[in-house]
Amino acid sequence: MLSKRVIPCLDVRNGVLTKGVKFENNVDIGDPVETAKRYYEQGADEIVFYDITASSEGRGIFLDVVERVASEIFIPFSVGGGINSVEDMRAVLMAGAEKVSVNSGAVKNPDIISQGAAAFGSQCIVLGMDVKRVEKSEQIPSGFEVVINGGRKFMGLDALEWAKTCEALGAGEICLNSIDADGTKDGYDLELTKLIATSVTVPVIASGGAGHPDHMVEAVTEGRATAALIASIVHYGEYTIPELKEHMASKGVKTRSTW
Amino acid sequence: MLAILDYKAGNQTSVQRALNKLGIPNVITSDPEELSKATGIIFPGVGAAGQAMDELTSGGLDALLKDLVAQKKPLLGICVGCQILLDYSEENDTKALSVIPGECRLFNPSWVDYEGIPIRVPHMGWNQIDLKQDCVLFKDIDPEAYFYFVHSYYPAPEEKFIIGETTYGRPFCSIHGREGLWAVQFHPEKSGTPGLKMISNFYNYCKEVKDA
Repeated sequence: MLSKRVIPCLDVRNGVLTKGVKFENNVDIGDPVETAKRYYEQGADEIVFYDITASSEGRGIFLDVVERVASEIFIPFSVGGGINSVEDMRAVLMAGAEKVSVNSGAVKNPDIISQGAAAFGSQCIVLGMDVKRVEKSEQIPSGFEVVINGGRKFMGLDALEWAKTCEALGAGEICLNSIDADGTKDGYDLELTKLIATSVTVPVIASGGAGHPDHMVEAVTEGRATAALIASIVHYGEYTIPELKEHMASKGVKTRSTW
Repeated sequence: MLAILDYKAGNQTSVQRALNKLGIPNVITSDPEELSKATGIIFPGVGAAGQAMDELTSGGLDALLKDLVAQKKPLLGICVGCQILLDYSEENDTKALSVIPGECRLFNPSWVDYEGIPIRVPHMGWNQIDLKQDCVLFKDIDPEAYFYFVHSYYPAPEEKFIIGETTYGRPFCSIHGREGLWAVQFHPEKSGTPGLKMISNFYNYCKEVKDA
């Protein structure tokens, strides 16, 4: 039986691992390659990297990080942040990433999804969505709106419609991040997660808000996600990945228990 | 020396990184002489079956691969490389290599998983293998081990070629072939320690065949 995935997320700025709350107040917390290797050895099922560097110089450093990661860990990993063209996708895939995540780049130019799927296959095109709760309106009937630029810019896009559109364009997976829950450690936005997960057939990764292993259990049961993204909960040593998996297994969730 | 077949539809570099990690000498190549000299061949693949077959046939590699298999050159097909060893794939309505009898079919999203929920397509993530036949690739690998899958189509070979099955909604064939010709639907190069062990088992088999 397919197990539910536990996926640590590493934000990288200028080649250094960093962590913020609601995309702000980032602090540097370590070396991304060493951290990825440690999580790999601890049984992470996959790893997500986001390059939050703005400069082109930082971009080069990041691609170097990707290459070093690819030589050290032998599980899939995805790379996102600053992906605006098929050439950007090619650069991270050639550097050794299994999947590439498009977020703002897809909002600005949705064709990048179909072009990427045609060039590399749907299985490696992940739609990253940052979503904020808003009042339900004609424009945003679900009450969930897509935001970009690290959660600062509202796009007038309904999150549910956007997820379906991108699935049709060829996204093979959706990483669904709640800006409201991100960094709070109060749990995932289960209403949002379930809404999207039951409206598309591709796998959905719940993101934002994990503070306790029960939150991860909720994400993959009530929320219907197939994977749970985690950050602070492991970065600061509160839990190890085996502890999280054991907890999930004790609540009846199928996880990868040997590696 | 293992040869990783070079054609445009592959994930050659991931496979190469795994071989390098294991210290297994390797080359990424489409050169007939190098392929013939290699102790074994890894036939990788990601993307779509139609495109993969187009790339193979346009370079004449389809005939070469069949010749090498006929000469009992050990071969390990991965993912799309596993699927197009069969006669046919529903993906892009593709006539495939016909090295192993059978076809490749699309997962049916009306199948339900163990929780009673319809399966998602693609089948993406970690799953286990129920071996139907002994297979040297699994030597010293925990029978409970997990492997990484990502695919929307699954192999359905003639029954006697089924080596192992995986359950996703229903059991499907996740490894098929015969001794020296193996096709795995999952990605050993991305399956952590058990996957690396499998690649190393394949290399050891290749060396034994060569020395015999």
